Amino acid sequence: MTDLLDPRATTAQPAPPPTSGTSPGTGRARLGRFLRRRPGLVVSVLVIVFVLVSAVFPAVFAPGDPNLAIPRQRSLPPGPGHWFGTDYLGRDMWTRVVHGTSLSLQATLTAVAVALVVGGLIGLLAGFVGGWVDEVLMRVVDVLLAIPPILLALALIAALGFGTTNVAIAVGIASVAQFARVMRAETLRVRGTVYVEAARAVGTRWWVSLGRHVLPNAAGPVLVLAVLEFGLAILAVSSLSFLGYGAPPPAPEWGSLVAEGRNYLATSWWMCAMPGLTIAATVLSVNRVSKALDGEWGRDR
Amino acid sequence: MIYPARRLGFAVLVLWAAYTVSFAVLFLLSDPVATLVARASDGASVTPADLAALKARYGFDQPLVVQYLERLGAAVRGDLGTSFVSGQPVGATIADALPPTLQIATAGLVLAVVFGAGVALVATYTRHRWLAQTLMGLPSLAVSLPVFWVGLMLVQLFSFQLGWLPAVGARGPEALILPAVTLALPTGALIAQVLVKSMSTALAEPYVTTARAKGVGPVAVHLRHALGNAAIPALTVLGYVAGNLLAGTVVVETVFTRPGLGRITVEAVADQDVPLVQGVVLFAAVVFVVVNLVVDLIYPLLDPRVTQAVPA
Repeated sequence: MTDLLDPRATTAQPAPPPTSGTSPGTGRARLGRFLRRRPGLVVSVLVIVFVLVSAVFPAVFAPGDPNLAIPRQRSLPPGPGHWFGTDYLGRDMWTRVVHGTSLSLQATLTAVAVALVVGGLIGLLAGFVGGWVDEVLMRVVDVLLAIPPILLALALIAALGFGTTNVAIAVGIASVAQFARVMRAETLRVRGTVYVEAARAVGTRWWVSLGRHVLPNAAGPVLVLAVLEFGLAILAVSSLSFLGYGAPPPAPEWGSLVAEGRNYLATSWWMCAMPGLTIAATVLSVNRVSKALDGEWGRDR
Repeated sequence: MIYPARRLGFAVLVLWAAYTVSFAVLFLLSDPVATLVARASDGASVTPADLAALKARYGFDQPLVVQYLERLGAAVRGDLGTSFVSGQPVGATIADALPPTLQIATAGLVLAVVFGAGVALVATYTRHRWLAQTLMGLPSLAVSLPVFWVGLMLVQLFSFQLGWLPAVGARGPEALILPAVTLALPTGALIAQVLVKSMSTALAEPYVTTARAKGVGPVAVHLRHALGNAAIPALTVLGYVAGNLLAGTVVVETVFTRPGLGRITVEAVADQDVPLVQGVVLFAAVVFVVVNLVVDLIYPLLDPRVTQAVPA
């Protein structure tokens, strides 16, 4: 049932031919062919690079102070000087969005890391140990799947309290189940292969076998899932910060920027539109890249 | 006979586990007593006697195992406890909030099925590659947009710019349109993705070739032969669809300032109203489990191969 739900599974376009297998060629020629053949992917990678750089060095793209309010420049529409317009206090929206990247991206990375580590460990344990451990862990995972992720995240926030970190942890825990399932399936697949059997036959300790043979070979699909989860986590984190559970007001964060702009929606559409467009562009790019990764890596398996 | 009984047993088991998980999250991770004290005292100091009375009133003076068993027993009897904030029973609060949420959820479901099935059917029917590619790209676009932002942009366009539809509130059927569309987008995308996949599988089956060879028209092959079979696997995601819709109302009701279950949830989380949050989580789990149970029970009637495959 989950393979139906997996957004990766619905790659409608025929997967591009694996570049590695066609002709050897030099590195530069391959790169050139790659750029020409898939402009969408190139744009997506550029967007992601832009987001990553803004998160670490926001001043590169927006040298100003995100909290600097110039009352004379209140509610200016997008135009030269203010690409994204200004908000109700006269703060430059572009600067606020670029500086907001840091908090939003930190939360997203934390969420994905929590999901990957916790889900991965549960799946690895269930798949490697098997027996009743597998049975118990997978039943817990089934239960987590019965609760919509957003509601599970909300319950965790009600328990842990507000703040960007808690939102991130909540989003991460809420998506543990997916990771556990994929990791378990992969572990089971790898555990049954001849090389793991051979390793056991020559007397390799179980933890060496786990670390050197099972984990590296089972990790691929889980890492692809992590990239995909990245897009979902951006959406979940920004939704929760839109609802007001994230960072407290003065700090810019993508979701809370949209929430701030909401009160001025009738007159100043750009206060909502621009941060939202940034979220949408980022998620689309991440999904595009994860699809490409799945196409390349998934083919070989 | 054994198949329904096993399914029912499994459903009950999932509900019990969902209760336990939500209890663990809400009553162990947080400190409900501290929340209660903060609420009751408004910052003033609390005497030990008051604290003990407060704990006794909500049963927090008992050992955790006793608390868990007592609350579980009450939940089985339909008593989900009382809200920390309003003091009202949780069950009644949820029941009161349900009708407006059911309205947008139903409208959203109808729109989602129409959008999703429409996109999937046209995309698999058309011979124009560009049209198929564009239509198949729509679902992945729809799931990439933040729901709250889509709602706000619809309000900006249709309420403020064009003045066609009300921006907020729940009065009249026209107030239902924008929330329902917003809610239907991600759900419709899910339905479209699933249906495109099962339609492609069905269209490659020998019975489709046979039907074509017999001279059945392309529309009849597509709708009667292929869709009839492709819709059955798509039923299995109905539980997810219901869960999606319910979760979507949290954001949609906030964006459109509508009353309902989603709004209650947002407020309960903000107030750390632990019993109410647990009630909503359990309600969602019940919806998921019941929908899946119904699908599981109907499935063998639609596709008799299932009962043969599952040794009863």
